[in-house]
Amino acid sequence: MYKYDSYDQAMVDARVEEFRDQARRRLEGKLTEDQFKPLRLMNGLYLQLHAYMLRVAVPYGTLDSRQMHALADIADKYDRGYGHFTTRQNIQYNWIKLEDAADILADLSKVEMHAIQTSGNCIRNISSDHFAGAAADEVVDPRPYAELLRQWSSFHPEFSYLPRKFKIAVIASEQDRAAMRLHDIGINIVQRNGELGAAFYVGGGMGRTPMIAPCINAFVPLDQFVTYAEACLRVYNRYGRRDNKYKARIKILVRELGAEEYTRQVEEEFALLLDQAIEPPLAELERIKGFFADPDFDRDAGDDIDRSDPDFALWVDRNTVAHKQAGYVSAVISLKPVGGIPGDATAGQMRLMADLAKRHSFDELRVMHTQNIVLPHVRKADLHTLWSALDDAGLGSPNLDTVEDIIACPGLDYCSLANARSIPVAQKISERFAKTGKTGTLGQLKLKISGCINACGHHHAGHIGILGVDRKGVENYQLSLGGSEAEDVSLAKITGPGFSEDGIVDAVETVTGVYERERTDGERFLDTYRRIGMAPFKEALYD
Amino acid sequence: MRLLTGNDLRTGAVTWWTGTDWSIHVGDAADVAGNEDEIARREEALRRVNVPYAIDAEMHEGHPRPSHIKDRVRALGPTVRPDLTLKPADPDIGNWVI
Repeated sequence: MYKYDSYDQAMVDARVEEFRDQARRRLEGKLTEDQFKPLRLMNGLYLQLHAYMLRVAVPYGTLDSRQMHALADIADKYDRGYGHFTTRQNIQYNWIKLEDAADILADLSKVEMHAIQTSGNCIRNISSDHFAGAAADEVVDPRPYAELLRQWSSFHPEFSYLPRKFKIAVIASEQDRAAMRLHDIGINIVQRNGELGAAFYVGGGMGRTPMIAPCINAFVPLDQFVTYAEACLRVYNRYGRRDNKYKARIKILVRELGAEEYTRQVEEEFALLLDQAIEPPLAELERIKGFFADPDFDRDAGDDIDRSDPDFALWVDRNTVAHKQAGYVSAVISLKPVGGIPGDATAGQMRLMADLAKRHSFDELRVMHTQNIVLPHVRKADLHTLWSALDDAGLGSPNLDTVEDIIACPGLDYCSLANARSIPVAQKISERFAKTGKTGTLGQLKLKISGCINACGHHHAGHIGILGVDRKGVENYQLSLGGSEAEDVSLAKITGPGFSEDGIVDAVETVTGVYERERTDGERFLDTYRRIGMAPFKEALYD
Repeated sequence: MRLLTGNDLRTGAVTWWTGTDWSIHVGDAADVAGNEDEIARREEALRRVNVPYAIDAEMHEGHPRPSHIKDRVRALGPTVRPDLTLKPADPDIGNWVI
């Protein structure tokens, strides 16, 4: 994985000291909160419902064991012994003290991490495929391109005060595991006639106005793709609305201009920028690629797995994914124990995952946007040892992509923007289905819960989506069906009137009952919904 | 009744105005109806509180209880981590929130 050079390290260290001075001045009363707030937000420090919250960037979700250990140490030393992995492949700490914040950033810097651009109207952490470099279906490892974009976007002077926040995802496979078309810019690296290029999708997003990004250019040569991204941002920065926060995202600009006119303006800007030669030199890309070379795989690794232990066999079936190298898989560590808090991990669990990554996965871990952790390169022969260690630590839940594998935002339990709690609903649903024993029989079922319209829990993209709202001071939950953030992307539709906290759990069980009744062989919940439409579900819910 | 709340500048902890000082326990909070702006300005200037604001509340079993669920969660701690709330030993504390 990428290692900081002297420029990276100097930039991050300088920012730590700058923030240390800013925090000191705030504590001494030399800065007001109004003056300090944008400064702390530029360093990922929010003031949340209970305390300061620090969001730490995990570039394209990639960590090594040293970094994961540092995250665990921060949880123990400065927080309350745990962290929360997010839908942006980052980690958040919920109980941070302002007087500690600069020390935490200094500790992060020692392991080549930071919290820069995890808030504010700038280009946020670049996200990517959590199986990058391991996936059997990718045309190339997308991480060097994500890293190049990270370097380009870090402290980019022109894009530090955009109309609104800006999120970019990079993938390189037909299967979309990064919700690529629900980003401000989604880049899919594709192959055409033996050449690699970048397909640009611009103007997607969730939030209060969910939109699927249209493709504005199907093939940008890879030696021009940073320039093309610059052109996309320039048009947005120039014409994106700054008068209305709720209409300031690029998706609104693309919709109001029309994709065709937006694309025309981008192409015009792109032509001008090409003359200015802003594209990073290919040598830099080659240097970056060197950090992402394949690990030293055991070419003789076997494919046999002893499946005599049924619990282990179930975990293998559900939580491991095909790898490009024979004899290996990517193993998903579920952070969704039945009745647990999606995405939370204790410091002890983080240390265990770090140690297992070092032992079994060439020192690599990935954070999934679905709030789980991946060990990307595990020999099949090591799987039982790995699973045993995980299971002993409460990390062996065999529920990837099942109804128990719920995305849930922090909701009203932690977030000052939320209108309703998300986590208790997720807990009750996973407990209900574990109790009825239907988790496995329902197959792939992606359930996503947000506690407010900002949609951090991706409810628009859930096969089943749940949105918490405030109805005269009482939590209420809207149910929606038919969303997908994968390559078959679609936005979920609301079923009708909302439900109480207990009622929404019953409602989810009701719609899965319709699915069980109506499905044909091999059909996922989403497939059945698309085939039969909303009516049978509405009838079961409301008649 | 109205309660004045904010966050401790150094620690970020949720605090409540008691009439003479700030407490992390909402049960200590005083009714500030009519005086909230003046107290907030003064206390913020003294850096004893960060971003203070007033909320609605009612008396409940002899103690103030915020009217809105968000303020009750804020006063207590996350409902999904009873071990981290201000009253971790009280098995019925969740009822106070809901």
